[in-house]
Amino acid sequence: MTTETTESTAEPVLALSHISKRFGPIVANDDISIALGRGELLALLGENGAGKTTLMSILFGHYTPDAGTVRVDGVELPHGRPRAAIKAGVGMVHQHFSLAPNLTVLENVMTGTEPLWSLRSRKGAARRKLAAIAERFGLSVDPDARLGDLSVGEQQRVEILKALYNDARILILDEPTAVLTNIEAERLFRTLREMARQGLSLIFISHKLDEVMAAADRIVVLRGGRVAAERRAAETNKAELAELMVGHRVTRPTRAPAEPGATVFQASRLTVSSGGVERLKAIDFFLREGETLGIIGVSGNGQTTLSQLMGGLAAPSGGEMRLFGEPVAALDVDDLVQAGVGRIPEDRHRQGAIGEMAIWENAVLERIRQPLFSRRGIVNRSAGQAFAATIIEEFDVRGGTPTSRTRLLSGGNMQKLILGRNLYRRPRILIAAQPTRGLDEGAVAAVHARILEARQAGTAVLLISEDLDEVMGLADRIQAIVKGRLSAPIAAEDADPRRLGLMMSGDWAAGEGNTGEGHPHAS
Amino acid sequence: MSAILDIVASAGLWAAVLRIATPLIFGTLGALLSERSGVLNLGIEGIMTFGAMVGWLAVFNGADLWTGMLVAAASGALFGLVHAGMTVSLGLSQHVTGLGITLFASSLSYYIFRLTVPLASTPPTVTPFQPIAVPGLSDLPFVGPALFTQTLPTYLSIAIALLLAYVVYRTPLGLALRMSGENPHAAEAQGVDPIRVRYGAIMAGSALMAMGGAFLTLSAFNSFFPTMVQGRGWICIALVVFASWRPGRALFGALLFAFFDAFQLRLQTVLGDVPYQIFLMMPYILSIAALAVMARRARVPQALMQPYRRGER
Ligand SMILES: Nc1ncnc2c1ncn2[C@@H]1O[C@H](COP(=O)(O)OP(=O)(O)OP(=O)(O)O)[C@@H](O)[C@H]1O
Ligand SMILES: [Mg+2]
Repeated sequence: MTTETTESTAEPVLALSHISKRFGPIVANDDISIALGRGELLALLGENGAGKTTLMSILFGHYTPDAGTVRVDGVELPHGRPRAAIKAGVGMVHQHFSLAPNLTVLENVMTGTEPLWSLRSRKGAARRKLAAIAERFGLSVDPDARLGDLSVGEQQRVEILKALYNDARILILDEPTAVLTNIEAERLFRTLREMARQGLSLIFISHKLDEVMAAADRIVVLRGGRVAAERRAAETNKAELAELMVGHRVTRPTRAPAEPGATVFQASRLTVSSGGVERLKAIDFFLREGETLGIIGVSGNGQTTLSQLMGGLAAPSGGEMRLFGEPVAALDVDDLVQAGVGRIPEDRHRQGAIGEMAIWENAVLERIRQPLFSRRGIVNRSAGQAFAATIIEEFDVRGGTPTSRTRLLSGGNMQKLILGRNLYRRPRILIAAQPTRGLDEGAVAAVHARILEARQAGTAVLLISEDLDEVMGLADRIQAIVKGRLSAPIAAEDADPRRLGLMMSGDWAAGEGNTGEGHPHAS
Repeated sequence: MSAILDIVASAGLWAAVLRIATPLIFGTLGALLSERSGVLNLGIEGIMTFGAMVGWLAVFNGADLWTGMLVAAASGALFGLVHAGMTVSLGLSQHVTGLGITLFASSLSYYIFRLTVPLASTPPTVTPFQPIAVPGLSDLPFVGPALFTQTLPTYLSIAIALLLAYVVYRTPLGLALRMSGENPHAAEAQGVDPIRVRYGAIMAGSALMAMGGAFLTLSAFNSFFPTMVQGRGWICIALVVFASWRPGRALFGALLFAFFDAFQLRLQTVLGDVPYQIFLMMPYILSIAALAVMARRARVPQALMQPYRRGER
């Protein structure tokens, strides 16, 4: 199937023809052809591991395809040469940003834009050009800020500016909204639409059907490395897209009423500081067996500290905690694992898994001292590999074997691995921070089903998320987190998007029996 | 107390500081250049030894002093090429490769020396670089004899430090260098080839290390003996951290260490009843203290010691 004719008769700005790429036994791209018109905003949709990133990496010259061609304005690009792609006007915003945190914004943007051997960097001129671009598309950032000090949303703006600075006419964004808050995402799409209006051509990758439907002109669905379908946004709907993506109908699981048991964890007036700032201020909450507590909030309001606290990585400076009824001063990572507390960290690349290690090593990491996996300090490899194989099987981790390196898994599959590791032996408490960030519809449904299953079996779940649908679908009680404070809980039955939205913005009158003032004695 | 003041106030001390600092400046800048690109080069100790030997040998066989320096630099670049081949192209452990190069280069130096120079009771010598009095400046009271009566390689090392500070922070090449050491994937995505940058930085850095070694045989002393580098390479590796990977601070760090060293030598003669080993320890102890303070704030190149493989995530 060729798609080059589906656009207007005019020459497409970009044409990918018959691209194929395999990694060993894995066929990541299989005879893919896509064309992009001028001023068009194209969405590339597909499950985790469908081959989206691979295709875009080929287009940008990071990977060399086994077959196929890339044409920009009818001119074929040499394979494996990012420089040539940049020259031809292709810009890329990577799924995992490729920026240097220790350098300034301006330095990040300027790298590679001047002849290597010139005697002086023309920083003044660069600064002016950057300011002009920022102005034109409404993408303001401080050029002299150290990149590592910026928020994720700002870093992404730098990535986009970097591409525009190189005079990109074709911009590719790999899951740009996976790391953004809803507000940031809306802002991003306004920018993208504006760019398309000014004649740029854009491709963005996403799992989120809502935003694909809202923003894109045209949608290409990849499945198993092939183009499964192509639709104009106006002619399709979410249900159809979800089905095209996964190959069968997807429905998110529904929640049965909870039957809460004993209280396993209780926090009273808990305060946590880090870096001299109070990140959590006198918060109250408790977790019960067989029940899910959802913490909803726009990211950056203390969620990270909360999951660090629960993961034993931060200690409270005030207040009281009880774990299984016993008062504890701080949670200790080792004790947590022993006591059966499973954790799904927010940053799966940095805290969840070690990319350089094999999948089986990551799978047994937390249990390595259990007699099953090691005896007298000697690791039992075959038991570990067998365990990993079970997780891969049961949690549908695709794209790797127990011995392959974890780094090679696509983002979504890595998350399934972490989830599998934590849920396999039913934990008594599960801390899940943004568990479905970056996951496709099918994977989201699978992860939700697993979390519900664990709760049904009596696990106490703490779900920290900024996704309204997720929290309403999974949680039995909901508290909002705003600027380090927690609202009083409301029952899931009483929650609707509008009310949760108000709670997230700090309007706690929306939460039961709580005044807008919050806790009077916390500073 | 006044004895200590006398030492600090003597022009001789400061002249010695610059002399002692020179090989450290060369070596530290070399290590810094390499590490900025993302590759640790523990071959430094051996490369300095080899540079000391081969530079001396060239001059002993009739080459002029600058040719000797150049031969040393070229030999350093060659060892750099080997290190780059192993660590950049093959992605082998940078520690192991570096230590291997140190062992190999040190032994090879001695081997070649023994093969080509006949055994004698006193080691053969060459005529080293002579101090150059900078016209005008060397006549200044105190400052003149202290700072402006050095040999040319000393002035050169300081010039290179300033040059490197400029290149690293003010030129596209320097930005490409830093980006390769911070995030080679980003460099690649911007059209900079981090592999070539790393090769270049390691080779140029190793050339500087070898020149630091050659300074020992062609300026500080006039003969070669196998143990003469005496851990200076390792000091340089520490100084890079102390300097937080900045050329200007590397210069300062090398001078500071040299000051401690020159100072303890003179202190030994004043305080005769304290065991001299105590004094010998002093520069190292003070360096460790300074390192402990400075290194906490250091910004390590994020990709240091991470091999870069193209087309892998
Ligand atoms: N460098 C590589 N080496 C080996 N396998 C790879 C490599 N890059 C990707 N793969 C494999 O190719 C397949 C497609 O991966 P790709 O990253 O393109 O998926 P994706 O659609 O971007 O998924 P996600 O939505 O999770 O980001 C996966 O099975 C992945 O494991
Ligand atoms: Mg991807």
